Amino acid sequence: MHPAPSIIAFTTFSGLGFGLLFWLGIDPTPPSGWVGFVFFLIAYLMAVGGLLSSALHLGHPERALKAFTQWRSSWLSREAVCAVATLTIIGVYAACLVLGGWHVAPLGWLGALLSLGTVFTTSMIYTQLKTVPRWNMPLTPALFLALSLAGGALLAGRVTTALVLLLLAGAVQVAWWCLGDRRLSQSGTDIGTATGLGSRGAVRAFEPPHTGSNYLMREMVFVVGRRHALKLRAIALILMLVVPVALLLLPFGHLLALVAVLSHVAGVLVSRWLFFAEAEHVVGLYYGAR
Amino acid sequence: MTDLPETTDRKMGLVIDLDTCVGCHACVISCKGWNTENYGAPLSDQEPYGADPSGTFLNRVHSYEVQPETGPAQLVHFPKSCLHCEDAPCVTVCPTGASYKRTEDGIVLVNESDCIGCGLCAWACPYGAREMDAAEGVMKKCTLCVDRIYNDNLPEEDRVPACVRTCPSGARHFGDLGDPDSAVSQLVAERGGMDLMPEQGTKPVNKYLPPRPRDRWTDQSVLAPFLEPVAEEPRGFLAWLDRALETL
Ligand code: SF4
Ligand code: SF4
Ligand code: SF4
Repeated sequence: MHPAPSIIAFTTFSGLGFGLLFWLGIDPTPPSGWVGFVFFLIAYLMAVGGLLSSALHLGHPERALKAFTQWRSSWLSREAVCAVATLTIIGVYAACLVLGGWHVAPLGWLGALLSLGTVFTTSMIYTQLKTVPRWNMPLTPALFLALSLAGGALLAGRVTTALVLLLLAGAVQVAWWCLGDRRLSQSGTDIGTATGLGSRGAVRAFEPPHTGSNYLMREMVFVVGRRHALKLRAIALILMLVVPVALLLLPFGHLLALVAVLSHVAGVLVSRWLFFAEAEHVVGLYYGAR
Repeated sequence: MTDLPETTDRKMGLVIDLDTCVGCHACVISCKGWNTENYGAPLSDQEPYGADPSGTFLNRVHSYEVQPETGPAQLVHFPKSCLHCEDAPCVTVCPTGASYKRTEDGIVLVNESDCIGCGLCAWACPYGAREMDAAEGVMKKCTLCVDRIYNDNLPEEDRVPACVRTCPSGARHFGDLGDPDSAVSQLVAERGGMDLMPEQGTKPVNKYLPPRPRDRWTDQSVLAPFLEPVAEEPRGFLAWLDRALETL
């Protein structure tokens, strides 16, 4: 799949933002006043910024409201509904904390639950696609949730929790890569079933429909070299896991924490780039790609 | 609503004969010609005369080479458009309800004034049957020429999809695949019509007729007797020259 910067930014930052909102929501002693304001501001900037960048990806952003209507059948619609519900509920919770200093715990818990719901629905947009076997497995929601919770804990300054969750997210990420590499061949779809000619012999794409490129090829046929991908996987893991964990183990300092956060975000961005770039869409088979 | 109908009254669709298609692309052109000026937004081209031309098409013809274990390879021309799937994943993923499948005839359509151009339906289609128009920002797909097939203003013989009407080799057939007695259903039964990517679970309505076996190395061509070499042993001066050169 084409790794569009707007979708990479959307999934990464909204994941982190909603992760932070989760931890703020369940915090028994949440930050209030100015400190609270800054925490919520960061979370909202990430969550809303991510959503806005995904809206940029639309052909008709002005009709975006229509996307709230099909929640009964569409994961994308469910995600939109969940995101707005979360931001509204936590908005009220945050306003109480920041302006009045009141901690309305049940509102926070509801917001936290909805935050996880939003990350889950985002992941389901990808997981549901049978056409992209690498995404079409239960580990995909696990990966999104693990990264969101780990990043959120890191942003919320919960050192011990972040350490545990970072290691967990790293493990899920490695497992996701290993299983994902086998998904296309496991799916049973190849150029033989795509053309229905596989039982007659070896099928080879002889001529594409047009000499030029097209929407399908630009959007769905993206090939990363294997050596390249392995290197990027290592970079992603070092940035999102190894560096932050090492920094968290050092005595706490605000500068170190900032570096840990930035490194983690950079790592997740690389991992998300790979999430798209490495994903094989079965339509590529018609064009003789993998 | 992007829920799929439980059943549809009819299952209108195409039957494409891979045995007869000659890969002329006439159906591609007639499709684009009809659909760029009728239902919905036009099918735009980007840089049509430039170095990197591309554009929106609802029907594209691929060509594949099949190499059997033994014998010569066979070339198969392969037109591909929306298969109007019964279990259309492109419909259920749509967040706006713009994509829908009609209950009366099973045609899968996009209501362009509701489409936000998110592109998710194109991701959900295994066949590459949906293309986002770069100029309009809305999703385009085969409508089975819904504005021809019920159009009383057209002469009766034109009330079929533009591609079917145009095909010079008779490789494209249109009809109700839900009715076992229809001509298309009979054709599918007779020729072993097949689904593309059945493992994707989309239950396509359109069927493909497999190419008949052809061309074996051992077969004598019917033209062979007429193609015997005509040269005979040289006579006269040429015979002498031949012998002279031989002895040199
Ligand atoms: S061929 Fe693709 S676009 Fe057409 S109905 Fe099936 S899944 Fe949808
Ligand atoms: S591109 Fe349009 S038709 Fe396709 S899923 Fe998005 S809103 Fe629906
Ligand atoms: S017009 Fe007919 S013969 Fe020509 S490419 Fe289309 S289906 Fe094949």
